[in-house]
Amino acid sequence: MSLESVLFYFFAAISIVTSILVISSKNPVLSALSLILNFAGLAGVYLTLYAQFIAVVQVIVYAGAIMVLFLFVIMLIRPEAERNYFQERKSFKMLTIGIGVIVLGQLMFLIISGTSMFTSGGHSEQSLEVGTVERIGWELMTSYLLPFEAIGFLLLAASIGAMVLAKKKFE
Amino acid sequence: MIPIEHYLFLSSFMFVTGVVGVITRRNAIVVFMSIELMLNSANLVFVTFSSYLGNVTGQLVVFFVMAVAAAEAAVGLAIIIAIFRNKLTVNLDEINILKW
Repeated sequence: MSLESVLFYFFAAISIVTSILVISSKNPVLSALSLILNFAGLAGVYLTLYAQFIAVVQVIVYAGAIMVLFLFVIMLIRPEAERNYFQERKSFKMLTIGIGVIVLGQLMFLIISGTSMFTSGGHSEQSLEVGTVERIGWELMTSYLLPFEAIGFLLLAASIGAMVLAKKKFE
Repeated sequence: MIPIEHYLFLSSFMFVTGVVGVITRRNAIVVFMSIELMLNSANLVFVTFSSYLGNVTGQLVVFFVMAVAAAEAAVGLAIIIAIFRNKLTVNLDEINILKW
């Protein structure tokens, strides 16, 4: 078993366990911290795919910026417990999990039957240089320049909108 | 060499976990975090195929998805704060002012 596989299964196990913790822990702060760990594990998985730039951005943007925002809001809003919900509607919860397992089985069946054409190749020759900052920056500044500018405008609009929405006097 | 299915299995597991979280949880912030989980599982599929096919487009899409997710988180959390200021709760069962 190569080092690459060991790292992949390690990070995948982290992602799986923490993703379950996100939806099962009753304290929202614990959910948010598990989600940060989940994003860190995903960054490791991206590294095994040679996507260096995406891995770093995942840690900085998701685990850093977005989750700090979540934690701030959780601490601003009194984290009340979801009282009695799990006791009251246990059958509903079980039904949802059952449906989830069925959907997961279907997805796995589709993946097994659908990806047979990719299994032989493994990583392609170019994948080593595809994930570098240089390559992605080149593409962003040439063929994807318009979406890049549009995303900048979207972020500006979203930050102004967030400030307007969270203001005290809404007018 | 890791088969491509294992990446897709991980991604579909995370997606289903996110769906179950959205349906079962009543705290608006936890529902929001489950949505982030689903967004990330989609990102993982993009990066996987980008790497296995040697095509850079998938990683660019992931870059754009991250920017949109940041904008979405900012606006969504601002909406949650505004709702909390009015109703003093983030329980989704009690936020029903548009229901009749």
